[in-house]
Amino acid sequence: MKTPIVEVRNISKYFGSVIALNGVSMDLYPSEVMCLLGDNGAGKSTLIKILSGVHRPDEGVYLVEGKEVHFNSPRDALDLGIATVYQDLAMIPLMSVTRNFFLGSELTVGRGLLRRFDVKRAQRIVREELGKMGIDIRDPHQPVGTLSGGERQSVAIARAVYFGAKVLILDEPTSALGVKQAGTVLRYVAQARARGIAVILITHNPHHAYPIGDRFTILKRGRTLGTYTKAELSREEMIRMMSGGEELEKLEEELRAFGDQAARGLANAFHEEELSEWA
Amino acid sequence: MSGAILVWVLLAIVAGERGFLSLRGTANYLQVAAELGILAVAVALLMIGGEFDLSIGSIIGGAGMVIAVLSVQYGWNIWAAIGVSLIVSLVVGALNGLLVVRTKLPSFIITLGSLFIIRGLTIAETRGITGRTQVGGVKHVLGYDSAVKFFASTLKIPDPASSRGLDAAFPISIFWWLLIAGVATYILLRTRPGNWIFGIGGDPHAARNVGVPVDRMKVFLFMATAASAWLVATIQVISSGSADTLRGQYREFYAIIAVVIGGTLLTGGYGSAIGAVFGALTVGMVQQGIIFTGVDSDWFQVILGVMLIIAVLVNNFIRKRAAEAK
Ligand SMILES: Nc1ncnc2c1ncn2[C@@H]1O[C@H](COP(=O)(O)OP(=O)(O)OP(=O)(O)O)[C@@H](O)[C@H]1O
Ligand SMILES: [Mg+2]
Repeated sequence: MKTPIVEVRNISKYFGSVIALNGVSMDLYPSEVMCLLGDNGAGKSTLIKILSGVHRPDEGVYLVEGKEVHFNSPRDALDLGIATVYQDLAMIPLMSVTRNFFLGSELTVGRGLLRRFDVKRAQRIVREELGKMGIDIRDPHQPVGTLSGGERQSVAIARAVYFGAKVLILDEPTSALGVKQAGTVLRYVAQARARGIAVILITHNPHHAYPIGDRFTILKRGRTLGTYTKAELSREEMIRMMSGGEELEKLEEELRAFGDQAARGLANAFHEEELSEWA
Repeated sequence: MSGAILVWVLLAIVAGERGFLSLRGTANYLQVAAELGILAVAVALLMIGGEFDLSIGSIIGGAGMVIAVLSVQYGWNIWAAIGVSLIVSLVVGALNGLLVVRTKLPSFIITLGSLFIIRGLTIAETRGITGRTQVGGVKHVLGYDSAVKFFASTLKIPDPASSRGLDAAFPISIFWWLLIAGVATYILLRTRPGNWIFGIGGDPHAARNVGVPVDRMKVFLFMATAASAWLVATIQVISSGSADTLRGQYREFYAIIAVVIGGTLLTGGYGSAIGAVFGALTVGMVQQGIIFTGVDSDWFQVILGVMLIIAVLVNNFIRKRAAEAK
């Protein structure tokens, strides 16, 4: 059996009296896009901050390629190829594209005291890497603050891919973007997957999640409502679970009472009703 | 830089006739600018990294006193005293930095505290040991002559403008100032730690998330400003032959002003060491130039304050254009 590249088992995280995560399990394999869904405050960001080494879990185990890990900082996660593009802190606006791209992993030449940041080569690589993703940066010196939101996200993704990410974690990369720019970002996600990278994508937008996602994990108030493959979950079901999932608990009871087949029919019926309410 | 040129032109017009343009006048303001510039370059790195150090003026007083007391009172070789003074300064800088990163309090508050603690300790200890607040006689201690070469020698050039054939004396502090500025510029623009400094000042969380050792860098930067204060203290003690517990007062503010005039943002993440060089030059020219103009030098502080406010306004305008061009 394949081992997941990243796996968490029964992870819990507390912030004082707030239970941000309560016994969450999830696994992730290369070349797949896992969408992490759930309402505001469900614990999505907390979960990926644990995966990326920002927080340590209070309970539960975290395995990378089958081995248990204890990260002390994001650097530890990066060293194992787990790269994160954050919702709020993707880039430093006043720094140039090149300096941002290589921040924390600067290319150097020379040794000892003469070891220095190879700015020329860095600029060439930035231009090449962004070119591969179809972004034309006019001037690698320009401050990131002058880029559009989509360009900024794309630069961050290109950076993670360039630095050999095996796992790419994206926290709401498309939330602030228009239709076209969101499309560009999702295209890079697909490209990353095609290169064998495992992607975790957080989004509130079902129209972004469903086309790109291979599997969907749904969180609610710190607990997981389960992980579903695309085959198991219709777009409508997914939308319903994202928008709350209260109904799901009722549904689960009924699942137990009825057979699987019957329940599936029921769920769809349930759903049509709800969608027609929306319409 | 354009600011420095503007000030130079203004002073040249107003006070050129009265010696501002002469070699001796130039050496005079360069000396003031150099001692301020050594501080300003280190402070620029710290401020680009998003922090302040208000304690450097007090460190100048304390570090100078360590040298004078150890060498004069206890008969140490001056080099040993200078070495111990450096170590003490670095420890103080490291403590400043550690307190800032551990408590997460604004460095403005932490170093405002150490400003008073260090000054108070310097005065109390000096009085306790020597019974005075000034210690002279450094010129007679062991090793003084060799120390002069490094910290207080001058390059003498005959001043053609002088009718009595006087020399213009350019102190070695100018060399230190330019050397440190060169090293700082190299670090900022061409090394990994330089990139980290911009990063931690621009956004410490983002920098940490991409693996920059934010806390370690900040502690280093506080050690660098403390070391710059030590160098200025050493230069002053060696060239004057004495130490005074009150030396260095207000230098922390002059340094910040020089850095801001040099284009570094008060909010961190943007700036340059070269800018700090020109900022210090501007302040030095104004401070000394005002004497040449014949205007009462009391007006210096007024001009300094006005320059600071104008500089901040200009910087903010430039930053807006840089960060929000779209
Ligand atoms: N550093 C923190 N300190 C205290 N509470 C926190 C902290 N981080 C998150 N929380 C709390 O944990 C819970 C989960 O938050 P989290 O940010 O993971 O939600 P989310 O699913 O990412 O929400 P959103 O969709 O709004 O981004 C929330 O109740 C939040 O207030
Ligand atoms: Mg979130």
